[in-house]
Amino acid sequence: MQVQLKVNGKAVSLDVAPNTLLVQALRGNLQLTGTHVGCDTAQCGACTVVMNGRSVKSCNILAAQAGGAEITTIEGLAQPDGTLHPMQAAFKECHGLQCGFCTPGMVMSAVDLCQRHPNASEAEIREQLEGNLCRCTGYQNIVKAVQQGAAAMKA
Amino acid sequence: MGASDFANLPHIGESVRRKEDYRFLTGAGQYTDDVVLANQAHAVFVRSPHAHANVVSIDVAAAKAAPGVLDVFVGADVANDKINGLPCGWLITSTDGQPMKEPPHPILAQGKVRYVGDHVAMVVAETLEQARNAAELVEVNYDVLPAVVDVGAAQKAGAPSVHAEAADNHCYKWAIGDKAQVDAAFAQAAHVTKLDLVNNRLVPNAMEPRAAIGSYSRANDEYTLYVSNQNPHVERLLMTAFVMGLPEHKVRVIAPDVGGGFGSKIYLYAEDVCLTWAAKKLNRNIKWNADRNEAFLSDAHGRDHVSHAELAMDKDGKFLALRVHTDANLGAYLSTFATAVPTILYATLLAGQYTTPQVYVEVDAWFTNTAPVDAYRGAGRPEATYLLERIVSRAGWELGLGQDEIRKRNFITTFPYQTPVALQYDIGDYPACMSEAQKLADVAGFAARKAASAAKGKLRGIGYSSYIEACGIAPSNIAGALGARAGLFECGEVRVHPTGSVTVFTGSHSHGQGHETTFAQVVASRLGVAVDAVDVVHGDTGRVPFGMGTYGSRSISVGGAAIMRALDKIEAKAKKIAAHLMEASDADIEFVNGEFKVKGTDKMVTFGQVALTAYVPHNYPLDKLEPGLNETAFYDPTNFTFPAGTYICEIEIDPQTGETRVDRFTAVDDFGTIINPMIVEGQVHGGLVQGIGQALLENCVYDKETGQLLTGSFMDYAMPRADDFPHFEIGHVCTPCTHNPLGTKGCGEAGAIGSPPAVMNAVLDALSSVGVKDLDMPATPHRVWQAIQAAKA
Repeated sequence: MQVQLKVNGKAVSLDVAPNTLLVQALRGNLQLTGTHVGCDTAQCGACTVVMNGRSVKSCNILAAQAGGAEITTIEGLAQPDGTLHPMQAAFKECHGLQCGFCTPGMVMSAVDLCQRHPNASEAEIREQLEGNLCRCTGYQNIVKAVQQGAAAMKA
Repeated sequence: MGASDFANLPHIGESVRRKEDYRFLTGAGQYTDDVVLANQAHAVFVRSPHAHANVVSIDVAAAKAAPGVLDVFVGADVANDKINGLPCGWLITSTDGQPMKEPPHPILAQGKVRYVGDHVAMVVAETLEQARNAAELVEVNYDVLPAVVDVGAAQKAGAPSVHAEAADNHCYKWAIGDKAQVDAAFAQAAHVTKLDLVNNRLVPNAMEPRAAIGSYSRANDEYTLYVSNQNPHVERLLMTAFVMGLPEHKVRVIAPDVGGGFGSKIYLYAEDVCLTWAAKKLNRNIKWNADRNEAFLSDAHGRDHVSHAELAMDKDGKFLALRVHTDANLGAYLSTFATAVPTILYATLLAGQYTTPQVYVEVDAWFTNTAPVDAYRGAGRPEATYLLERIVSRAGWELGLGQDEIRKRNFITTFPYQTPVALQYDIGDYPACMSEAQKLADVAGFAARKAASAAKGKLRGIGYSSYIEACGIAPSNIAGALGARAGLFECGEVRVHPTGSVTVFTGSHSHGQGHETTFAQVVASRLGVAVDAVDVVHGDTGRVPFGMGTYGSRSISVGGAAIMRALDKIEAKAKKIAAHLMEASDADIEFVNGEFKVKGTDKMVTFGQVALTAYVPHNYPLDKLEPGLNETAFYDPTNFTFPAGTYICEIEIDPQTGETRVDRFTAVDDFGTIINPMIVEGQVHGGLVQGIGQALLENCVYDKETGQLLTGSFMDYAMPRADDFPHFEIGHVCTPCTHNPLGTKGCGEAGAIGSPPAVMNAVLDALSSVGVKDLDMPATPHRVWQAIQAAKA
């Protein structure tokens, strides 16, 4: 079946099987391999993308359900010249990543979090990141990065 | 260059932001599943649904006939092609002089399956979906046998035998220390503290599941294996020399970006061999990517010890002797380093930070119908630290001494110190770590915080843990005498380019540790070039000369030291070139901050000029010196390094619900020289969350009757999440390692080693007021609540 999407600002038309997950379409059809698959129960959040302004786990939604949607993946977050988005820059500055595997999903969740809760406290950030697992960082520097990214996004 | 000079160089001790981050933050990382090769097929493994069964028959006809299927491989195909089983890398000798039992570890089942998830068949098809559908059509007729999943059941008379080669399920009995001396010390003791404890089984759960692509080129008869792995050269060595009988130069192993390892990606796994083998048979590139449920079933697990410990003391709480017996669960097969974990990497650490003159440890290792158990972050040292630090706190409580006081009375204060369990500590300052931790933790304010908790109806406790660990396992000859079947050195190559930029090739592997930055800092500081002028290459046997990889917090102390040795050679040669350019004697050349100077003159040439001269050797001593500036070194350490520290945890418990939260956590570590404090603290944070996760959340559970894995997904296995933790306080003490050129000790595992007993001691301190004396990990709300109710009864 044909699915029309706008991905990272570009209109795309995908020919996918009806049971294709959005993450499979992104990784397979569009070769956007920055979106990762870390589990099979929608628990880890590595596949998080922003769809119509809200973060979603792309392993938990069919490509067909995303028809007509605007999707931003990690590849679409930086400026066209490669300048990092303030949240990406904050993750680098605060050492909010180690192996990098959970990072794309974590950053996309953080961008959505800060749009919804620009003044989130440390405790609120920790609670809001409950849907994204990281095995490397112990979360402390991720929380710091989200605080710094939130401040930069407001500026 | 020595460690004290090194620590004073520019960039050393600077929190340089990571060079690798840009690609990870923009989605441009290349993990194995992101690699797409031409002509790529997909593999799916048919795994045993039973913990223990004879495979009566396998019918693959329907699967082979399914759409898109290229072939289906079973155990008989492996046997026909004479592919050997997976080797174990460490031979343990039992107390009776007999070698450990070493049953075969086939890559596809040979007539029997021994754990849920054991490999029965591999289906290869054009697409992943076709491979999955065909795997459903493989019909396996099993004769199900009774299973054993824990060390208690495995050693009972008449227990089912996991292997015919070890009918009593016993792999080895190993011991260290002088039993007679220990027994004599116990006879003299004024007080003996006894403790039984369980070190709970864990699933490593790196966020990137294991993945591999087997690739073969008929044109050159060459194999390439892409694999999510921590030590590609070791993977290649084991696979070519021990399993497949292939010449090493025909096999290239690439471990590209790897999404975490924590030990679980050290090992050679059956899937890696199956894919490599089938790639040639089908003349196709074949990809396999584990689902998370496959990862739970088939990744090597960690810990799983049951121990009894006794500590003898004099009337003042001075330790006289420690006596320990441990039963270790090795799982169904011997994974690559499984046998070393509960022995060499465990019992040798049981002196801890203390002057205990006599220690005797006996270990029985058992086969069970569970996934293989091997090294997981800390590997033996967390098990040792948990046992020792639990019994030390308990001893203090029994004697009416504070957790700090009993430790201080027994701290080692003179170095080098020879322990009664083989290790010789080169240096440390344990009292300094303790006092710094007490200061950062505001121990003085604990009583007020406890009162505030009590006013809310909550119980507050404080727990101490003073850990020591041994990193950079070495030297090779002594490890070999202890049973290691591999070398334990590292290799580094420093390639200076004509324009003065540098590429470093290291046998260490980075899968989150930030080597691309830290190693670049080391090289930049030595050569006086910018950190950005140095790139670090790792994870490819086709580019890196050799390597033993990353495990046991060895990378900077062993891999970094190899690079330092290569830099010594670069510097020596560069000085000769500089001397020639300035018409001076070699001995008169000084090299400081990227400039070569003739002592006592104002003559100077830059590192860049020397590099260019090395490659454009027109004005050059060609009669005495080869052109080029490219040096390789191997480094084999003379001893382990010994990071140590004190951790203090404060817990708050709601006795109504059993809810147990870490309210404050302070970690003070002595890692010796710190090159990048930001990266080191990140390593500590990550280790703490894994250690606190073990203490409060994580537990891998098999059903005792059926051997089914009950915690087989993130829905059932409690992974630590951001809101499970407070902000950690981190501090450092620095006594540089005395025997490597950097003074570094390693920092990757300390957090996971030191934290579990700190948490559990805090839990037990909090629960002492309601009469709870003992509790095993994980201290879940349910367990805590049950313990409170039991104490009331």
